[in-house]
Amino acid sequence: MDKSEKKTTRRDFLFTTSYTVGAVGLGAVIWPLIDQMNPDKAQKALATTEVDISQIEPGKSITVLWRGKPVFLKRRTQEEILEARSVSLEELPHPEKDEERVKNGKDEWLVMLGVCTHLGCVPLSNKGDYKGWFCPCHGSHYDLSGRIRKGPAPKNMEIPKYEFVDANTIKIG
Amino acid sequence: MSEQEYVPKSKAGKWFNDRLPLLSLASHLTDYPTPKNLNYWWTFGGILTFCLLTQIITGIVLAMHYVAHADLAFASVEHIMRDVNYGWLIRYIHSNGASMFFLAVYIHIFRSLFYGSYKSPREIIWILGLMIYLLMMAAAFMGYVLPWGQMSFWGATVITNLFSAIPLIGDSITTWLWGAYSVDNPTLTRFFSLHYLIPFLILGLVVLHIWALHVPGNNNPVGIDIKKPSKDTVPFHPYITIKDAFALLLFMIIFAGFVFFAPNVLGHSDNYIQANPMVTPAHIVPEWYLLPFYAILRSVPDKLGGVILMFGAIFILFVLPWLDTSKVRSAVFRPIYRQFFWILVIDVLVLGYVGAMPAEGIYLVLARVGTIYYFLHFIVILPVVGYLEKTEPVPLSISDPVLSGSADYSMAKKDNEKI
Repeated sequence: MDKSEKKTTRRDFLFTTSYTVGAVGLGAVIWPLIDQMNPDKAQKALATTEVDISQIEPGKSITVLWRGKPVFLKRRTQEEILEARSVSLEELPHPEKDEERVKNGKDEWLVMLGVCTHLGCVPLSNKGDYKGWFCPCHGSHYDLSGRIRKGPAPKNMEIPKYEFVDANTIKIG
Repeated sequence: MSEQEYVPKSKAGKWFNDRLPLLSLASHLTDYPTPKNLNYWWTFGGILTFCLLTQIITGIVLAMHYVAHADLAFASVEHIMRDVNYGWLIRYIHSNGASMFFLAVYIHIFRSLFYGSYKSPREIIWILGLMIYLLMMAAAFMGYVLPWGQMSFWGATVITNLFSAIPLIGDSITTWLWGAYSVDNPTLTRFFSLHYLIPFLILGLVVLHIWALHVPGNNNPVGIDIKKPSKDTVPFHPYITIKDAFALLLFMIIFAGFVFFAPNVLGHSDNYIQANPMVTPAHIVPEWYLLPFYAILRSVPDKLGGVILMFGAIFILFVLPWLDTSKVRSAVFRPIYRQFFWILVIDVLVLGYVGAMPAEGIYLVLARVGTIYYFLHFIVILPVVGYLEKTEPVPLSISDPVLSGSADYSMAKKDNEKI
């Protein structure tokens, strides 16, 4: 090992450790500045909503607000359920069975985020080529199970976490 | 540059200038040798400076009355319109000022495209200009959200959702941008903060833009390198200042025409309805200056693909100086490029038009053709034309073809040698 190489190594060690400690310190200071933009405690506290569904007739739907986003609660008729289930999975851009999108034994209740998976607009109900929903912003068509059938949206409308508290109440979130 | 030679006449001036050479800077700016053949397309730099200052001044005043809160923002804008003394005037200047700013910047950009101002040695000026343009779009978008009307809310929703197209981390980024699980009060307050910040970032970039310009000096309609100072140049003051001032006056007449006679013609009536997260307006359109990019976004039947092409349409401009292979700058001497330039102008206008129309039928076809042509222009046409085109003879200097009294460029260089 020649002399100059040895010298460089000692200095390199100082540089590397200084840069590392500096980078860690800088990261520790920057992270709070970035993380403060994430949803705060007040936003997270709004995480659940209870909805009374006793007044909804078959074939009708209501829209409620949950975490600032609309949630569609649709009580489907038997024909609508049959139609949603008659589609073969190969026809779907985002294949999901209708059975996977509702609670077992509560087949008539479709509860989903009323947010188009393209760019977040609220689709209009009973519109479009598949009798489900149609997004006016960029022309996405959804079927009676809220699955994407045609248009730029990549995914089916999202099913939020929800449960039946009793026969007439749904808790979302 | 003249800093070295300049010595203030007064003793106090000399004392100050030795410590902070502001007077040298002022002298450099007044004497700055400018090509004597600059036409009116060159006045938009000054006009844009005026636009930026107008937005900053009216914006500071509006912020004294505006309340950045989801429950109060809409009412506070109406309060500005109805109660605040001259509030209507100041707000209409600010909202139409944004449109005027973009009108001027588009002319400025296309002027650069026509006369090859982005080419060596002016690449950095061009890139700084594009950074200013990007910040302008960010500022305009966030400013449009602040009144918290229906278009504000749903425009914000659509644009922020663009980031959800990013694989894996897209949803986390979108939530982080919102500070909530949808566009909500935290989104509004941060947009207000950033909307106030960005104009000052733009101001800083403008200083760099002008600094970088003053290194090689202005390009000119003939597009040739000139000696400075020489018989081809005039001092910036008074020759350019008076020309800029006259152009600015004409520009202000158009500006005032919008403010006083058609203040809402460039906006959307839906934005006079307060934001409602339950109902999306039937037809969402961005402001006119973003329409070509919106058309590109919608022309792709795939979410991620559309977002990539839309951002790509802007970012491709950053490498433009290296895509254009022609050694001749000005389109005046480029008979083939000249035609493609005008096709590009038409293409962008068509994209803008279909961006305002529903994304279906003939409009979708037009948007797709327009998008393909846009990228074709930069990726294929520019490099190929640069190699194949037989350019016309370029004059040796600005003065020569004029002073010799001949229109046939008898004193001109052959083809494009030595440029």
